[in-house]
Amino acid sequence: MSFGFPELAAIRLGFGLSPLTPPPADAETVLASVARSGPDPAAMTTAEASQIALSFRAGVVARRSGKPEPPGSKEAEQQLASMPIEDLRRRVVRAVDDPVGFGERLVQFWSDHFTVRAINRVHYGLSMTFQDEAIRPYVNGRFEDMFFAADTHPMMLVYLDQISSRGPNSVLAKRRPERHLGLNENLAREALELHSMGVSAGYEQKDVRELAELLTGLSFSHKGGFAFQQAWVEPGAETVLGKSYGGGRRGGLDDIRAAFRDIARRPETAQYLSRKLAVHFVSDDPSQDLVEAMAATWRATGGDLPQVYRVLVTHPDLASNLRKKVRQPFDYCVAGLRALGVRGKDLAALDRKVFNRAVWEPIRSMGQPWWQAKGPDGWPEEVEAWIAPQTLAARINWSLQVPRMLLKELPDPREMLVSAFGGTQSAELAWAVPKAESAAEGVALILASGDFNRR
Amino acid sequence: MLKMDRRLFLKGTALLGCSAAAHPLMNSITFAALPGDNRLVVIILRGAMDGLDAIQPYGDPMLRKLRRNLSVGPDNGALDLDGFYALHPRLEPLLPLWQKGELAFAHAVSTPYRDKRSHFDGQDVLEAGTGNDLPVDRQVGGWLNRMLQVMPGTSAETAYSVGVEQMKILTGKAAHLSWAPQASLTLSPQAQMLLEHVYHDDPLFRDAAQGAMQISGEVSDIGKMRGPTADAQALAAFAASRLNAESRIAAFSIPGWDSHASQSAVLGRALDRLAAAILKLREGLGPNWQSTAVLAMTEFGRTARENGSGGTDHGTGGALLMAGGAIRGGHAFGDWPGLGEGQLYAGRDLMPTRDIRAYAAWAMHGLFGIERDKLERTIFPGLELGSDPGMLA
Repeated sequence: MSFGFPELAAIRLGFGLSPLTPPPADAETVLASVARSGPDPAAMTTAEASQIALSFRAGVVARRSGKPEPPGSKEAEQQLASMPIEDLRRRVVRAVDDPVGFGERLVQFWSDHFTVRAINRVHYGLSMTFQDEAIRPYVNGRFEDMFFAADTHPMMLVYLDQISSRGPNSVLAKRRPERHLGLNENLAREALELHSMGVSAGYEQKDVRELAELLTGLSFSHKGGFAFQQAWVEPGAETVLGKSYGGGRRGGLDDIRAAFRDIARRPETAQYLSRKLAVHFVSDDPSQDLVEAMAATWRATGGDLPQVYRVLVTHPDLASNLRKKVRQPFDYCVAGLRALGVRGKDLAALDRKVFNRAVWEPIRSMGQPWWQAKGPDGWPEEVEAWIAPQTLAARINWSLQVPRMLLKELPDPREMLVSAFGGTQSAELAWAVPKAESAAEGVALILASGDFNRR
Repeated sequence: MLKMDRRLFLKGTALLGCSAAAHPLMNSITFAALPGDNRLVVIILRGAMDGLDAIQPYGDPMLRKLRRNLSVGPDNGALDLDGFYALHPRLEPLLPLWQKGELAFAHAVSTPYRDKRSHFDGQDVLEAGTGNDLPVDRQVGGWLNRMLQVMPGTSAETAYSVGVEQMKILTGKAAHLSWAPQASLTLSPQAQMLLEHVYHDDPLFRDAAQGAMQISGEVSDIGKMRGPTADAQALAAFAASRLNAESRIAAFSIPGWDSHASQSAVLGRALDRLAAAILKLREGLGPNWQSTAVLAMTEFGRTARENGSGGTDHGTGGALLMAGGAIRGGHAFGDWPGLGEGQLYAGRDLMPTRDIRAYAAWAMHGLFGIERDKLERTIFPGLELGSDPGMLA
């Protein structure tokens, strides 16, 4: 069976083939498509998220003291309750409809790289805004801008406890000694370990500490919004990785931005993130040639992401490692919906309970509950982490149940075999599909197959 | 063997091409002998449990100086255990176990992992059971799996990884099973046969599917758990049900210990889950609880000092909780290093006084008769086993 770059690109760089749209013709089409993955102009802003949170909180306070709830608080509560599943739905809709899918895959990659998690319901809105404010605007730009935007976004400040960090010698700490105010290292540590240089890089506890001191002042509250609080700032210059920042020359947010820019351009960051991209898109064990080619471009361009993507998209390893990766549950469901010819508007119109059974619950059973990565390191990459008896059972169940749940008429499995694989299917699958007892089982066989679960 | 017959029918001589003996479920049929009656459950507490708050060394006067709102001691609701240590109030449901001699702990323990204080590397080292001689990203396979490899009479059923997520502690060459309490699978015979055909040349999918098909037919419904500790209870109830059958080893994890801020709330919820899981294991295991040892282990401890957010940051020495009828409970194990000036690790963390792997090793020695040499060289390479702490009953 023969197939070309278009099929390869759809399967490996996007969310698979669709009977509704042709795959991208060439690398230029793939790279140009990333520009479509910018922020949704109608998306919620942080200010709106805070309004909802404050309204909800006012209702809780009123209820506790036995007073009538202020107008709007009930609606705010309902809105918050539906946010996680509606966030998943809008993400699935965009991914299913995007003809190429590379941009949406990158959004998924970078959102996972900068994992955030709203543990308290009042922050659900921030979790929605994070992607439109911190990821999408920069997915086709420079890494340093995304790094700064993500690590100073209110959702990140809340998630990694930056909002409770105070310089031990700050004006505030000196004024209120009885409160024993001090540093919280969480964001500073993850900024180096997870978000940029990687844990194997040569930074030390002292760098974590000084970066934490440099980050003091970043604040967020639903009432006050994002602000830089001079009174929280640890006085004096901080030395991070041998470079000095702050100490009054420019001050505040500019010093933090300068430090993030320098960290983003370091060779360790180029290496760590090039490898991470290669692991995600190509193989759990990518070739040194590919990683080095991407890292070299990163170093030469100061982390200009489109140029790094170009190396990935045009490298021969993309073809030679076909099916080395397993689709993560979100990608798997999107790919399944695309292969079935389901459209975004159909999903947008689904009753929430049906969407819950079709996507929300299944990805949880497959091991990727939406908004609930266990830690700031996000989801694992290794194929073994995703295919075990309990999680493969969930994928097989999805293949059997969801097509019938969403479609009045199932596709002919023999036609689907062609449209979903474009010539890449294995002989075993091609042998088995026509022998299924029903269309439902034929479709299930396609969607449950290793060919379809791998990319 | 019905499944294999169908495959024979389907593939004919092609079956000769794949190694039947290497198949995990074939082993379970061929060597069904059980490795004794003792049971080991390992619970990984992901996120770094604050040992100094879970088991509070209130007898050390420095504790009060380092912590003002956390680790409040028996005067403020913690439960005195022995005049030096006190149990966090949220572990009260486990106090009767301590009194009956079914709950113990070892303080100031750690893996060999030091200084970078990364959760993810810390957990990888804890589950790999290796020392610092290998870079973290090169460590593959878990120590429970290496124990299976040297244990006589094991089958795939001997060890169970419980929950949706992969447990690295059980990954490796030895066959084991994994399943989640909520999982299910029902296939028509034709669909099953065709799927087996499609997966046949892909060992990752083939083995997982074989496991799913077999396990889904065997496991019994554990019933619906409710409330905020439902997930932990379901994991424990399912583990107990398998340990009552042919399994002797089970591993699962409880997340949510990373208490950088508002520790009393964060840690309280996590301790509720841990207590509920241990009690559910005890309830589910019934008489088998007497031959069971539960080890609840975390990647590292947390800073001795409270931070500016009512929480604690990543540290080094931590605590190991042990429960079960096979444990000599009601005892505090481990040497207390002190919290004074010069006694802390790097001036900030509880100083580890013993390798946490030594406790796991002595448990395996006592429960399953694993020889010292295998423990120090194969299962925990580089471990100095030291003397028997005597924590088994």
